[in-house]
Amino acid sequence: MVLDIDDVTVGYRQAGSWREAVRHVSLEIPPGQTYGLVGESGSGKTTLALATMRYLPEEGTVCRGEIRFRGRNLLALKDSEMRKIWGSDMAMVPQDALASLNPSVRLGEQVAEILRYQRGLSEAEAREQTAELFKRVQLGDPERVRSSYPHQLSGGMLQRVLTAMAMSTEPSLLVLDEPTSSLDVTTQAVMLDLFRELIEGQQQTAVVYITHNLGVVAQIADRVAVMYAGDLMEDAPTVDLYREPLHPYTRGLLECVPRLGENKTEVNLRPIRGRIPSLRDLPSGCIFRPRCPLAIEECKEYPPLYEAGDDRRSRCHRWDEIKAKEVSASQPVPQGAQISAPSVSGEEVLGVEDVEVHFTEGQSLIKLISGEPPTKVKAVDGVSLDVPRGQTVGLVGESGSGKTTLARAVVGLAERTGGRIRLLDKELPPGLKERTPDMFCCIQIVFQNPAETLNPYLSVGQILRRPLMRLRDQTPEELDAAVKSLLEAVHLSAEYASRLPGQLSGGEKQRVAIARAFAPRPDLLIADEPVTSLDVSVQASILNLFDELQDEEEIGTLFISHDLAVVGYLADVVAVIYLGQLMEVSESASIFDPPHHPYTEALLSSVPLIDPQGKQEEIRLEGEVPSPSEEIRGCPFHTRCPRFIGPVCAEEVPPWREIAGVDKRTFCHYTEEELRERQKRTFRFSEPSE
Amino acid sequence: MVLYIIRRLGFLVLTLLITSIIVFLVTRWLPGDVARVILGREAGEAALESLREDLGLNDPLHMQYGRWLIDFVSGDWGTSFSTRSEIRPLVMGRVRNSLRLAVVTLVISVPLAIVLGVLAGLNEDTLIDNVISISALSVVGLPEFVTGLILIQVFAFGLNILPASSSVPPDVSFVEVLPKLILPSLTATLVLLAYVARLTRTGVIEELGKSYVRTAALKGLPYRTVVFKHVLRNALLPTITVVAISFGWLISGLVVVENVFNYPGLGRLLVFAVGRNDLPVIQAVIMVTVVGFASANLVADLLYGLLNPRIRLGE
Repeated sequence: MVLDIDDVTVGYRQAGSWREAVRHVSLEIPPGQTYGLVGESGSGKTTLALATMRYLPEEGTVCRGEIRFRGRNLLALKDSEMRKIWGSDMAMVPQDALASLNPSVRLGEQVAEILRYQRGLSEAEAREQTAELFKRVQLGDPERVRSSYPHQLSGGMLQRVLTAMAMSTEPSLLVLDEPTSSLDVTTQAVMLDLFRELIEGQQQTAVVYITHNLGVVAQIADRVAVMYAGDLMEDAPTVDLYREPLHPYTRGLLECVPRLGENKTEVNLRPIRGRIPSLRDLPSGCIFRPRCPLAIEECKEYPPLYEAGDDRRSRCHRWDEIKAKEVSASQPVPQGAQISAPSVSGEEVLGVEDVEVHFTEGQSLIKLISGEPPTKVKAVDGVSLDVPRGQTVGLVGESGSGKTTLARAVVGLAERTGGRIRLLDKELPPGLKERTPDMFCCIQIVFQNPAETLNPYLSVGQILRRPLMRLRDQTPEELDAAVKSLLEAVHLSAEYASRLPGQLSGGEKQRVAIARAFAPRPDLLIADEPVTSLDVSVQASILNLFDELQDEEEIGTLFISHDLAVVGYLADVVAVIYLGQLMEVSESASIFDPPHHPYTEALLSSVPLIDPQGKQEEIRLEGEVPSPSEEIRGCPFHTRCPRFIGPVCAEEVPPWREIAGVDKRTFCHYTEEELRERQKRTFRFSEPSE
Repeated sequence: MVLYIIRRLGFLVLTLLITSIIVFLVTRWLPGDVARVILGREAGEAALESLREDLGLNDPLHMQYGRWLIDFVSGDWGTSFSTRSEIRPLVMGRVRNSLRLAVVTLVISVPLAIVLGVLAGLNEDTLIDNVISISALSVVGLPEFVTGLILIQVFAFGLNILPASSSVPPDVSFVEVLPKLILPSLTATLVLLAYVARLTRTGVIEELGKSYVRTAALKGLPYRTVVFKHVLRNALLPTITVVAISFGWLISGLVVVENVFNYPGLGRLLVFAVGRNDLPVIQAVIMVTVVGFASANLVADLLYGLLNPRIRLGE
């Protein structure tokens, strides 16, 4: 075994008391195995990784158990002894690449110094070896990368540098801590390919891959452990775990994420009820008991990690019943949830017509004098899109695609420089100043990070009362009643009115934010990545909430997300945006099946499927998203398009084509038949679930 | 980087212009009639009026300002009302003295402050940190005339190894004057020390918490390499800026120290000129001071830009 973690408990001293962030975790990793560690926030996966590296922060310590690395108990080693292991036999690729690299040391040196210290190479040898490593992680132009500072490169490239760093000494243990979580899905796909290739090239290396993303871990790990609030709940070969989870939490996780191609008109999400317990007041016995559909009297006793046969383990008293299919560990479909009927599009709530948001960047006196033209940034460049009443229009795109800018232009936070925006047949002026209170009232937003959008000093009741008072005349009693019914609508009990945002969990905060948005009875709701910062078990319930309120309130929703599965699930219409221009607009039922635009196709192919056996055609996008200040002629996607035809793409603006038989238009030179011929296979996202 | 420098230079010129206007206006509005200051109390109204005419004091304000500015820039700073001597050599002599004092102070205080600050930062909340932080703060609380007098008492009268008075005749070489600079420098050092050390400590603690330090440590690099190569490079950036800015303060702000040690610096000249309503000298000293401050700021900005690749290679 490269790594043998034996009954480890890690404690943190926090505000004078002792919290156990990881409890009784045991696992073994042989050479050549990639071990996935998956869990939501607070599950203790990063703590476990740091303990493994023997690099816990000062206030943390391993209070019980042993961590053996190639037979040596790491906990008994001094720092000076660890320095011989760190970086040479044990390496880590951290999450936030930009923060993890020294901003004022050249990247080449940051890699070369390991080679000099750990391998005793000379300056020149180390330099040469660094360039070699950069080539191995597929960094084009290694010379340029070597002499660059971190701020000059993109997140994906920095992640490669960190990978090169970790691989430089061919360590026996490689810990990857959410290495792709801050990357775009297309970059993530390329990075996952790279990791797979590198891991295959190092047969003796044991890899710990930490992530919250069930798709990523399905695609990369040989074996997966599921962590929950510090406990290891289940641990099995990847294929078995996904096919037949033996712990109710695992099953809950797998069933609460929308899969690619699923839509609210066909399936209901099953959120895990309740919330992740805080380390301060963990439930006694099985910590999943309060949320578990199978909880019985016996569960008040802390379950051991049962050996469940076939090289599997489960921390559930009832694993055998689950295995024998005597009971179902699925979370119940929430009460009152129904499969949404395909919504009939009503009148147009929002009409966006040829909207442009251009601005100039870096305007200065000096540029003016030297006659250098200021950089023109086309954040949104001619977008036309309707949001009908009663429907959710999903806007999906990678970072820098202009999706948020478009939302800001609608709200009035970013002033459009061209085109028209109509709200209920009234033209909206570009800026906030020219808009009437009525217009404010009609458009409401839910932002990504609820913690930052709720005033921490106001109680939930006060937060909800404000928009009600501002926008409508009501007596105090009416206001109280309205607050209560708003809370009810987002499934929070009336007592929440007196709480402060600081006392709420992330999901509850987002519910309050949603309630606030609905308070003035808007006609248009804009949701900008509203579930991105939430854990998957919470995300499902928020998605259900959107769906439910949408049905009740008959409003139009513009739902912005980078997550294809989420958008595909919730939206009635999906619009794909790239570099400020729409690539494809389609009814959601047929957006991915099959994709009619090469960009949509590439996005789709990049999504790691939540099924270890699900295979996708590999379409990878080369290079980086061009900067919106670059002048690109023809089709904006032609510089990266894997199905580039030729000069026509680079020179001529593509036409909008209507696809026959479905409600879909695409912005591409290909006709439907031409593209179909090149697509090798039909898309298959996952095994039909049992 | 070139753009950055041009911008900073532009700011410098703008700052100087604005302060020159303020200085000019303030001295014009000070109570007291310039002509009477020059001619004395017994002068008749006719003589006063003709002198005002000669000095251009009856011209519109902007013309007076323009003339004054052009003279000043071309090096003609006029003659002192009170000593009747030429101002430029007088002020420049004092500038040289002040610069000497400032340089010696920096040479003593900066390395000391950085060492103390780094030690405190690396050992946050330990005994070392507490001793350094508390003693630095207690020293900074004492006014300069108290610390100055204590130093004189100990080193001049007690141990008798350094001179108590730092009055120097003009045209003495730096080496000769050096012993006289040590006590005033030490006094000024005590003022700067706590501030710079505190800032360095904060910088080190902040950087230590960043992810790249973990990356460096997990490479297995020796502790000193992690600290010197990775942490300090970033942690000292704010310190450098502050040191450069305090240079401006050292040139002109040491009025008390200069008085305690009877040292002929710019600060004392200013006090002297103000006491005698000597407008041209006041203007000249203030302008020189402002130039000093602004250049120190410029140097700070440039150093910061040079050491920070984000700015050096930035847009």
